Amino acid sequence: MTTSTASRQTPEFRIVKAIARKELNAAVNSRWFWLWAAAFAGLAALLTSVALPDSSVDGYVGFGRTAASLVSLVQIIVPMMGLTLGGLSIAGPRETGALRFLMSHPITRTEAFVGTYLGLAAALAVTTFGGFGLAGLVAIAQGVPATTASFVWISVLSWLLAIAMLGVGMLVSTVAKTSAAALGGAVFLWLILVFLGDLGLMGTAVATRMPVGVLFSVALFNPTEAFRLAALSSLSGSLDVLGPAGRFAVDQLGDNLLLFLALGLGLWAIVPTMAAWLRFTGKSDI
Amino acid sequence: MINIEGLTKYYGQQAVVSEFEAQIATGESVALWGPNGAGKTTVVRCILGLVDYEGTITVGGVNAKNGKVVRTGIGYVPQELAFYSEMEVVELLAYSAELRKLDTSRVEEVLETLGLQDHANKRIRALSGGLKQRVGIASALLPDPSILLLDEPTSNLDAEARDSVLRLLEDLRKEGRTLLVTSHHMEEVGMLVDRVIAMEDGKKVIECAPTEMADALGLRAWLHIVTDNKEATSLALSALSGAGIEARENSNGVLVEVSAQSKGTAISTLYEAGVHIADLEVWR
Repeated sequence: MTTSTASRQTPEFRIVKAIARKELNAAVNSRWFWLWAAAFAGLAALLTSVALPDSSVDGYVGFGRTAASLVSLVQIIVPMMGLTLGGLSIAGPRETGALRFLMSHPITRTEAFVGTYLGLAAALAVTTFGGFGLAGLVAIAQGVPATTASFVWISVLSWLLAIAMLGVGMLVSTVAKTSAAALGGAVFLWLILVFLGDLGLMGTAVATRMPVGVLFSVALFNPTEAFRLAALSSLSGSLDVLGPAGRFAVDQLGDNLLLFLALGLGLWAIVPTMAAWLRFTGKSDI
Repeated sequence: MINIEGLTKYYGQQAVVSEFEAQIATGESVALWGPNGAGKTTVVRCILGLVDYEGTITVGGVNAKNGKVVRTGIGYVPQELAFYSEMEVVELLAYSAELRKLDTSRVEEVLETLGLQDHANKRIRALSGGLKQRVGIASALLPDPSILLLDEPTSNLDAEARDSVLRLLEDLRKEGRTLLVTSHHMEEVGMLVDRVIAMEDGKKVIECAPTEMADALGLRAWLHIVTDNKEATSLALSALSGAGIEARENSNGVLVEVSAQSKGTAISTLYEAGVHIADLEVWR
């Protein structure tokens, strides 16, 4: 039996739970986590409270306007939270010796990986749903007629984006030799996905007169774009505000648009995480 | 109990351990001794199944590549608990016990055995180096393992903490546990183990009793002989010089460079010259 085969045995739930709980506690007790949580919840509440009844954002009014503002906020902050938490998840403990200490116990690498992932995913759920919860309370206090289903759906999509970024961050973490390199890699990816991806895509589309179908497909390769499309689609059932690409998507996919976008985001949550797991449970040294 | 055959480990293109062999019997206490980068820690990591390697390692007949099974019976003490700094001692031990599927009552037992009850609710970051090492040993002892792997257990400790940890390890040795200690401290090796495997550049260079190691490796030592006064120091220097032994004056006596097995010659020379030795230390 090779090391990698042995480490991919079916994980024991009890051990995974212990590691996940410890990771959640560690994350919730860290300054970084509170910094992001406070920034997200604070800005979400602020955006909701300053929303003016007669104004519009991206063509949305009422609650839709507030939610559209929140989508833009999520696009910037949530990927950073997921990427940094994931980026430090393996490389950090490896550097301090904590990973070696953990793995000196009778546990498999899969148990260590899954426990870490679930603990951090839970920490991201606390931040994401906490932030949206606070924004929701502010909306209710201001008498904004909230569409609960849309609000919950956007919250879930935000968490899906967060764990997709967590998986990407963990992949970076398994490859990086130091925690500084992992953090640097995570921030670099954030820049590419959030800023360069968006601007690059727009620039390329204009310069190359990219067909709308291709533009829509390429946008899906960026999880933050996939999130935006899914979130905006859930608000009104259409993507008209995004122009020809949005109309193309609605024409092509009809009622299945939201499901299709959520699946795209789901793939982003699964594929990098699986790649990180394979890397971690392979022949890499601890 | 631990059988290592043809162990080779590469980091990139470089072999950090090469064709390493060792057999450690049940209840035996063995040191892997050598300078930094000799490959000692890598051998320990291989035994724990933390790194991929070539060759065969079995622990109690079980292939070490089946890490989860092998680690059940092993307690590992890291060089330093430089992590989990926000956890309390009792939380860390409870976490370790949970990972080993042990009853939490075992945490209380170990805290008591290691005299850590008063520190149970302190955070790891608030502990001194010696106490941190004690917590590391406590965690390793939770499953009451027959094998303890200790990676440079005293390298980051001050003299007092080192002494305390060494006493603790000596007690564990007397309990009949199998100990594998990595170290580059000669004194530590001499106190703790039955056998030394000296390593250099990833290879075994010698395997012997601790008392034979300094001589076998051609290591030299310094005798710091404390005399009663300046007059005695002069007499000592003169006697040693007459016997062809190199010596020089030190703050309160003489410093004599000797080979590992010739310390007695210097002492008897001073004795015959009528020099009263007030105190004696061996420096390496």
